[in-house]
Amino acid sequence: MKLLIKNGHVIDPVNGLNNILNIWIEGSKIVGVGKKPNGFIMSREMDASGLVVCPGFVDMGTHLREPGLEQKGTIASEATAAAAAGFTTLCCTPDTTPVIDTPAVVELINQRARDVPVRIKCIGALTAGLQGEVLAEMHALKAIGCVGVSNGGNAIKDTAVFRNALEYAATLGLTVFLRPEDHWLATEGLIHEGLISTKKGLAGIPASAELIDLAKSIILIEQTGARAHFQCLSVARSKHYLLQGRKRGLPITSDISISHASLCDEDILDFDTNFHVRPPLRSRSDRRSLVASVAKGDIDVITAHHEPHDRDSKATTFASSSPGISSLDTFLPLILSLVEKGEINLMKAIDSISIQPALALGQKHNGISKGAVADLCCFDPKKEWLVTARTMKSLGKNSPFINQVMKGKVMSTIVAGKLVYSEKAHQ
Amino acid sequence: MMVKKNIQLDAAGRLKHFLSIEGLSKTILVNILDHAETFTSVGERAAKKVPLLRGKTVVNLFFEASTRTRTTFELAAKRLSADVMNINIDASATSKGESLADTLRTLEAMQADMFIVRHQDSGAPEFIARQVSSGVSVINAGDGRHAHPTQAMLDMFTIRRHKPIFENLTVAIVGDIKHSRVARSEIHALKILGVPEIRVVAPKTLIPAEIEKLGVSVHHDIQQGIRDADVVIMLRLQKERMSSALLPSGSEFFNTYGLTSKNLTAAKPDAIVMHPGPINRGIEIDSAIADSKQSLILEQVANGIAVRMATMSLVVGNASL
Repeated sequence: MKLLIKNGHVIDPVNGLNNILNIWIEGSKIVGVGKKPNGFIMSREMDASGLVVCPGFVDMGTHLREPGLEQKGTIASEATAAAAAGFTTLCCTPDTTPVIDTPAVVELINQRARDVPVRIKCIGALTAGLQGEVLAEMHALKAIGCVGVSNGGNAIKDTAVFRNALEYAATLGLTVFLRPEDHWLATEGLIHEGLISTKKGLAGIPASAELIDLAKSIILIEQTGARAHFQCLSVARSKHYLLQGRKRGLPITSDISISHASLCDEDILDFDTNFHVRPPLRSRSDRRSLVASVAKGDIDVITAHHEPHDRDSKATTFASSSPGISSLDTFLPLILSLVEKGEINLMKAIDSISIQPALALGQKHNGISKGAVADLCCFDPKKEWLVTARTMKSLGKNSPFINQVMKGKVMSTIVAGKLVYSEKAHQ
Repeated sequence: MMVKKNIQLDAAGRLKHFLSIEGLSKTILVNILDHAETFTSVGERAAKKVPLLRGKTVVNLFFEASTRTRTTFELAAKRLSADVMNINIDASATSKGESLADTLRTLEAMQADMFIVRHQDSGAPEFIARQVSSGVSVINAGDGRHAHPTQAMLDMFTIRRHKPIFENLTVAIVGDIKHSRVARSEIHALKILGVPEIRVVAPKTLIPAEIEKLGVSVHHDIQQGIRDADVVIMLRLQKERMSSALLPSGSEFFNTYGLTSKNLTAAKPDAIVMHPGPINRGIEIDSAIADSKQSLILEQVANGIAVRMATMSLVVGNASL
């Protein structure tokens, strides 16, 4: 297909584009930006007047739930939701059932992902069964295409095992995805330890749980030479440890989730389990400061950290509910709301959700330029819509934003030159 | 961005469920106390009944063991002429099989008018209140570490009977504040009723984060903490606090935070001593103090019935309007 995207407001952090431009696409590639390629005869034209056209979003940790937990989400349902949310690539976390600790599970996911609209990459397990005891077969996982390894939210309690896992991953040059949380300090906790946890009588998770594990991990990263990406940071002071590590030249990148960028513990309505997430929503000042760190580039990425759940996992008390927020559907409007509040500019925001995650995954990104792969998102920054169980495309309806009006809507998503989602087609 | 609504109140601001003291007005609390006053005489009559809840079904839904709270609720309901059903649900059974929402749907089919709920998880009564059909009331009989509003109100009632002007009082709460739903509800109630000085007394391991932001002062020395206090409230210490490394031993706790006659001399000479029960003699309180004239522990139990009659009749009246 030969496609012309006309009159869109093109924003590309890689090439510093921030103006109205036409984009010509042929096959899977961009063949012209601003200047019509010679002899281009389009087969389709998309009018993007009033829309922003930017690189497609890349998520670094989506809980796809398939295989094994299809009542919460399937590869097809969540990939469809992702395409409608402007994502072109998703990384599947290893906490499926069975766990992604053998090539067979990766093959199964790849097979089921063949016909879905977005690109799906697997993050393999760091330890067998995510049990934190025996190393996973990381060489085999790398060979079959895993972009990295992770133990997800499961703690590796034994520091010697953790050290060995980092050393082994470093041997293979595999990126290790880490979610810093001290097991012992966090184990019984439900929300951020502070006035809100005291008032609600919910066990708290102190900020130190994140800081201690982060500091420990950075020390071992330096010792082992592993390349690491810290996921889902929630505490403002984490920045100091990251910067210290960077100053020493360590290969570390990091992200925060859109939920932690948008919400704090004071927002938790009564005992609404849709606010139950791990790490917990922290204080108001943590939230603000983390977004400022992204704006400054000290933290690289904002992810969806999408965790769809079925109704039964949430229709219970806070303590017995499963943590996690279904966040794909509301991802873009929440990013735009940070821009509207002046906490981050649009160029940097787009950088943190498209270019930076690709770089953290070790991929090159040529942005919107001639010869680059055509992974694009077109969105209407002003269009308002109501979040309901019906308007949410994810199978997981566990969103704290249900019944709220969002501003900003993805109008079309293009993956490798192919139009995989169009809002008009869904109206 | 989001609007917080108190689900305990109906559109006219009247109490329709009783889940937590937090967020209620002084008028509502004083109304409960005044109402309870009218019920104290019922227990002294030969025929201990009034017909306020005749024809209503009250379900005591206890997911966590309780003797005193359950029986006083049962007595209160019976004195109001309600039909009472006790359902004790083993928490382990629900966590394994049926979900809380499913349990509730089953119970709703029994067409109860009121659920009295005790649950080990904070927020469970609120969850239930959101599920029941309109016209059904929920009263919190203790949820996790969150709230125990009827206990707090019976304590306020007991205090008012002995020290009628809340605005003049210094109240000290001593013991395991961190895990105590009673302490949390009492702090809210004392604040709302105008008590100018509220102190919590415990080692750091038993003080929850940022509690001073609720308007209380934190003390780690019992003599300092109860100095010139008008009211000393002792909390029950659970044995598992020792096994979870929050305290070394019961005897060390008694030696440092136990209420003894010697410590009590720091309080005002006419100070009253309270305890939500059941008491651990020789751990949080000396036997001699528990049985002394200053101790109101048994009076609290008796007052509990009147206060529970008051809250039940108030919420049912408002729910059925």
